[in-house]
Amino acid sequence: MSEPVLQGKDLSRFYSVKRGMFKPEAIVRALNGVTFELHSGKTLAVVGESGCGKSTLARLVTMIEDPSAGSLLIDGKPAHVGDKSLRSLVQIVFQNPYGSLNPRQKVGTILEEPLVINTRDDAATRRRKVEEMMTKVGLRPEHYDRYPHMFSGGQRQRIAIARALMLRPKVLVLDEPVSALDLSIQAQVLNLLMDLQKEMGLAYLFISHGLSVVRHIADEVMVMYLGRPVEMGTAESVFAHPKHPYTAALLSATPMADPEGKRERIQLQGELPSPLKPPAGCPFNPRCWRATEECRQAMPPLEGDEAQQFACYHPL
Amino acid sequence: MSLLEIKNLTVEFETSSGLFRAVDGVSLSCDKGEILSIVGESGSGKSVSMLAVMGLLPWTAKITADRMAFDGKDLLKMSPRQRRKIIGKDIAMIFQEPMSSLNPCFTVGYQLGETLRFHMGLGRAARRQRSIELLRLVGIPAPEDRLSNYPHQMSGGMSQRVMIAMALACNPKLLIADEPTTALDVTIQAQILDLLVRLQKEHGMALVLITHDMGVVAETAERVQVQYAGQKVEEQPVKELFRDPHHPYTAALLSSLPERATVGGRLPSIPGVVPGQHDRPTGCLFSPRCTFATDLCRRSVTLQPPSLGSALCNYPLVGGVPQNHPGKTAALAEERA
Repeated sequence: MSEPVLQGKDLSRFYSVKRGMFKPEAIVRALNGVTFELHSGKTLAVVGESGCGKSTLARLVTMIEDPSAGSLLIDGKPAHVGDKSLRSLVQIVFQNPYGSLNPRQKVGTILEEPLVINTRDDAATRRRKVEEMMTKVGLRPEHYDRYPHMFSGGQRQRIAIARALMLRPKVLVLDEPVSALDLSIQAQVLNLLMDLQKEMGLAYLFISHGLSVVRHIADEVMVMYLGRPVEMGTAESVFAHPKHPYTAALLSATPMADPEGKRERIQLQGELPSPLKPPAGCPFNPRCWRATEECRQAMPPLEGDEAQQFACYHPL
Repeated sequence: MSLLEIKNLTVEFETSSGLFRAVDGVSLSCDKGEILSIVGESGSGKSVSMLAVMGLLPWTAKITADRMAFDGKDLLKMSPRQRRKIIGKDIAMIFQEPMSSLNPCFTVGYQLGETLRFHMGLGRAARRQRSIELLRLVGIPAPEDRLSNYPHQMSGGMSQRVMIAMALACNPKLLIADEPTTALDVTIQAQILDLLVRLQKEHGMALVLITHDMGVVAETAERVQVQYAGQKVEEQPVKELFRDPHHPYTAALLSSLPERATVGGRLPSIPGVVPGQHDRPTGCLFSPRCTFATDLCRRSVTLQPPSLGSALCNYPLVGGVPQNHPGKTAALAEERA
């Protein structure tokens, strides 16, 4: 097996929160011991509900923040916030293409900026590279002088993808890249992402809560709950045989576009507990229908074989 | 007679660059105790047509319709004062963003009580009792304590439950839910949808569910109306719609769902984008993106009978094959065989 392009070991990120003058600061464990590997040309999907630490993971991987504990290796080298040499290897595409593009800059300027900052290319080379990239993501070179407001949501997301690819990164972090788009446009952007991955050998860290999209695009899946991975493995085995009750509940709660296939839905009671006061033991125990005294005592370790690991004392 | 009946509704907005037609000749009817779903992408006019029923559109909107009646009463001829007696009482609506549709300055108890005071004329003690009852109905634990909470003290799912409780306060005959679960997490979405369907059954309400999520439609709706660029393009019972869509747009939309495609394969996508204000085509609005479009489609479009899903199409699909199409019917039928 080749060297993984992105490797996280026990990654954790804690934030301290002020709670007023007379109370001690509380600690939010936004990310708590995440270990993963990502190989080039592969897609790792991170799935979970809001507050599960998906976006914190994206901030660590893109070197916006340093982990509180654990280590991150990008292309085999340890990564830190100040380290500029690795920055161009990891790029990010955000959820909302209406907010992530500067409305006062022309598309050409937006796409050239990474080159201006990171390379010594002259203007003509930059322009040539930008036009090449625009064709690659399905925009026309004559769009060079237009402003973002002249484009539709899907085209803007193409601009955002082009911008992320300008420096030829090895890893692309996709933070819910299609959930702000209309259904008919979603398919276009997903196709584009799959084509680019094949062509450029990119590794994707795909963050999403839409499970049907994940099932389609991901090679591996990591299901997170309250900052911890509860189940990991190849997309095939996780979707076919979920072992952790939370994964099963998440899968059964996702509406399927098939009115005739009636399924048993697992009804989860209650909501995500506050990350300030996580429950003792397994974080899922207050909502779990299989929880026992054991689950309330200690956190189950992540165990399993190569294809699938899960953190549960009573797997399905 | 249907509970809500709309014929040929058109809503236009006066904008600085001319008249924008958000809803274009939409007809709709919803019977007592039925779940009707309106599906469409953004800009398909699904929310605007329901806001027109509620009378919640700004004054810049020009609303015209052949008929817009609720429970036999003509909503168009009604004075605003009369209309306000129905809105919030017999027709209630819940919105997409539960966090921003509650007033942050007042407690949950006050906001719930306001509806009860205005429409039902209940006294203080009776209001409190009914509020607790309503909160319990929508599955909020410890409702007595929740009454004194402000919206910021609650999560999105809880806020949406409060919105539903508020909508149900006067036992409405019709509940309009505009993307009620889009802003919520998947497991909470499942809870809220199950709650809506349960309440709809128990109270015998009619429910109009506006959504863009085909999965939500498949699991909750009984009848579905598909809208595109302000027009209704197809209407069918839910099973038939998913089994045999008659309009090419519905068919393309369904086949572009990731879960219907082979894993890892290319998704069949619809080229182009929804037409906007300035590039509105003549004839069929879907013709620039349609694989079956001919010159006839660019000039005019025919409304098919209800047996063909009332599809707004010259060549409605049957089993994926366009009917009476000048080139493709025979070829495609042969291919399928």
